Amino acid sequence: MISTIFRRGAGAALALAVMCGAAAAIDISGAGATFPYPIYAKWAEAYRKDTGNGLNYQSIGSGGGIKQVKARTVTFGASDQPLKAEELQAAGLVQWPQVIGGIVPVINLEGVAGGDLTLDGLTVAKIFLGEIVKWDDAAIKKLNPKAKLPSQPIVVVHRSDGSGTTFNFTNYLSKVSPDWKSKVGENTSVEWPVGIGAKGNEGVANNVANTKGAIGYVEYAYAKQNKLTYTKMVNKDGKVVPPSMETFQAAAAGADWSHAEGFYEILTNEPGAKAWPITAATFILLPKEPKSEADAAEALKFFSWAFANGGKMAEELDYIPMPKPVVELIKKSWANVKSADGKPLLH
Amino acid sequence: MTRAAAVIVLVILAGVIVSLVYGSMPAIQAFGFGFLTSQAWNPVTENFGAAAAIYGTLVTSIVAMVIAVPVGLGVATFLTELCPHALRRPIGVAIELLAGIPSIIYGIWGLFVLAPFLQSHVQPALISAFGDIPFFSTLFAGPPYGIGMLTAGFILAIMVLPFIASISRDVFETVPPVLKEAAWGIGATTWEVMRYVVVPYTRVGVIGGMMLGLGRALGETMAVTFVIGNAHKISGSLLAPGTTISATIANEFTEAVGDLYTSALIELGLILFVITFFVLALARYMLMRIEQKSA
Repeated sequence: MISTIFRRGAGAALALAVMCGAAAAIDISGAGATFPYPIYAKWAEAYRKDTGNGLNYQSIGSGGGIKQVKARTVTFGASDQPLKAEELQAAGLVQWPQVIGGIVPVINLEGVAGGDLTLDGLTVAKIFLGEIVKWDDAAIKKLNPKAKLPSQPIVVVHRSDGSGTTFNFTNYLSKVSPDWKSKVGENTSVEWPVGIGAKGNEGVANNVANTKGAIGYVEYAYAKQNKLTYTKMVNKDGKVVPPSMETFQAAAAGADWSHAEGFYEILTNEPGAKAWPITAATFILLPKEPKSEADAAEALKFFSWAFANGGKMAEELDYIPMPKPVVELIKKSWANVKSADGKPLLH
Repeated sequence: MTRAAAVIVLVILAGVIVSLVYGSMPAIQAFGFGFLTSQAWNPVTENFGAAAAIYGTLVTSIVAMVIAVPVGLGVATFLTELCPHALRRPIGVAIELLAGIPSIIYGIWGLFVLAPFLQSHVQPALISAFGDIPFFSTLFAGPPYGIGMLTAGFILAIMVLPFIASISRDVFETVPPVLKEAAWGIGATTWEVMRYVVVPYTRVGVIGGMMLGLGRALGETMAVTFVIGNAHKISGSLLAPGTTISATIANEFTEAVGDLYTSALIELGLILFVITFFVLALARYMLMRIEQKSA
């Protein structure tokens, strides 16, 4: 009896020692976009095993991430919507893309399987503007001469919460449709002309899966996990492409990062025969003169580690790692993150 | 001590009002009174109006009360007058458990179970049944999305039911047996005993329960967000997607970049506060009128 108590006591002491040990290690904090949350969480877990240092990431949305890093309440912020160079300058932040993903239109149409249907940007814009209201519209028929399209009303499903996914989707529609640009525009949330709003990627995925005749847009991973019917798209070069790692990578490769100030580059409607038109990067924001130099240095170490070791984990979760030359550019830009005496934090 | 505690409540309330008003000043200055009547909700051009959210809040709450009040009173009547004694406790506990389920669970259940069911079975029936009757044909105009104002009202009804049912049951049990026995004695039916003895005796408590329920229905956020469709539009049809004040705030606050956008959301919060205040004031006034009449 006494020995059990002793053993328990020893166990508790051991647990306490382990917890103290963990508390002594540096825990960096980040907040922002929900889209990269799964991969950041996975990286953080592997990083803790490697180095003993942890990462506490709150997926509160891109807008929240921008606000918190501007207020310096977190070590870094994360956003799917990059900040413009002026805004970075004003807030004293550096910015770089961390990982890339794809946004795909998903549909629920009887007799139409994944990849059977092809759409182009202008048609998608017209559907989301409420100008095309039936699936057997001439514009859709023209793109799909072989498909059997029912005379069914189209139910548009969009995000109801503010979202980086919405920003990239509406940015793409604004690029391909002047009508969309003037009537609706691009933002993390917009005044949708038609349709029902659903919360989160999973909300859109579920509403499309439940509603006959529905069309929505989700991150590729959600379409895959929920086995939703995705469409092919006509890209900027006029080629029909399916959503896949290969076509997302082609879009990422086509982007000219070297001339983008503050890495302000949106990957929608990129040129290239194989480029998927609605590809999106997600960004990290870090103060140039951090409040805690130790935390900021640790954050840079973490992202450097993620660039070096995290590629395979990203691919497992259907994200695309940044191309090598871009990583080199990003690492050079980190020289702007300086300590109080003006020296770069990470050499 | 006790006075200090009471004063603290007033201070907190004043603090909430002041911070809400302060936070919504930019939006009040930009849109003025038009905020209440405008249906616009455009984050790109920063043009906001609260009409659609106010409309949705009131309509879903009304739908919820129309369903929950008769059912709740029925449940309370059954439990106090008709139910076999062995069943009273299990049913009573089950009703109270309904109040303990977190609202996010109602939301998920509504989205995955109730909405598909309404979409495939109930809504088409409603559309065809009321299609030829004026007024009702606009109220139940299709297409059946599954989610929408009616579904949100239905979820809210389930959520406020335990408030109404268990408070009504508790106050029904306070009726002195001698009053009821007197009524039975002169040959009254159960219905007449309820209608002329129990309900008049307990009306203050019953109305209190209803107001608690209404308060919850007006402010409920998560469950509604899942099933209402979140469209900033006023539509005559109950089947159409809409939005409520609290759903709008919950959906958009985290990503509201820009001061005017944030401020417009805070002003929505202020409006909800005022609506709730007026509803409670109205309830007090009704109670006063009833008490004066009976005195």
